[in-house]
Amino acid sequence: MKAYPLGHVRTPYYIRGCVGEVERICGAFANPEELAQMRSGLPPLPLYRVRFRQKDVWPDYRGGDADVVEVEIFEHWLDRA
Amino acid sequence: MKDDQGKYQPLSYFQLMEVTLRELLVEKGIITEEQVDREVEEMRERTPERGAQVVARAWVDAGFKDRLLLNGTKACEELGLEIPALKLVVVENTPQVHNAIVCTLCSCYPRVLLGIPPDWYKSRNYRSRMVREPRIVLEEFGLKIPGHVTIRVHDSTADMRYLVLPMRPAGTEGWSEERLAALVNRDSMIGVALPK
Repeated sequence: MKAYPLGHVRTPYYIRGCVGEVERICGAFANPEELAQMRSGLPPLPLYRVRFRQKDVWPDYRGGDADVVEVEIFEHWLDRA
Repeated sequence: MKDDQGKYQPLSYFQLMEVTLRELLVEKGIITEEQVDREVEEMRERTPERGAQVVARAWVDAGFKDRLLLNGTKACEELGLEIPALKLVVVENTPQVHNAIVCTLCSCYPRVLLGIPPDWYKSRNYRSRMVREPRIVLEEFGLKIPGHVTIRVHDSTADMRYLVLPMRPAGTEGWSEERLAALVNRDSMIGVALPK
């Protein structure tokens, strides 16, 4: 058995550990970890839209090499690759 | 409630829960019946025609299209469409790129512009497979994307909401905005169909 990679539930499981490129910075939004505790979520934190190559996400992906999936991820859930 | 007139049907579990919760909130003075009615009314007014209006404007007005792609929320305000709290990101289909929207975590959807999401959008099948094998899922919708066209799937995992700006169909030169809007169906703005 292999444990799930660590991560907040709002980082979809299928994308954890994958390397992508920042497509845009969406702005700053309330921290969902704090909102879940009925707190304000302030100060807001930077949210990124990260673009992943499908072939990097699914090794057996059936489709074009250029196909991508884009996911919104908060800055503090990302690591520099 | 008009739809239910004439027939007695017992309340379902969720209907009962809604009534109970609403009555408690009203009784405790947290909300009023009028506020609930207004919200329901507003929810009913949100239909895909709103999204179609945005798409048709973008097709006829290049300046608006640029502003829409730059900041969807702000551009929609020009049409009197308020998108509170969440940010609208409009993604453009081109001969090289096809976009499609999904929410793998739940069922986030641009409700302000498209209304209530269809059941299939909330299904586990669509949500899990759209990121995994988008070309096959699109084919099941009757949409065959040529191999040379890049597919971009947008997973709405946080505060953004997405709307696909489909390509304007050929042969519609000189059409009025109204006539163009009639071509723009809901599914084409999710990215699983083309305007027709």
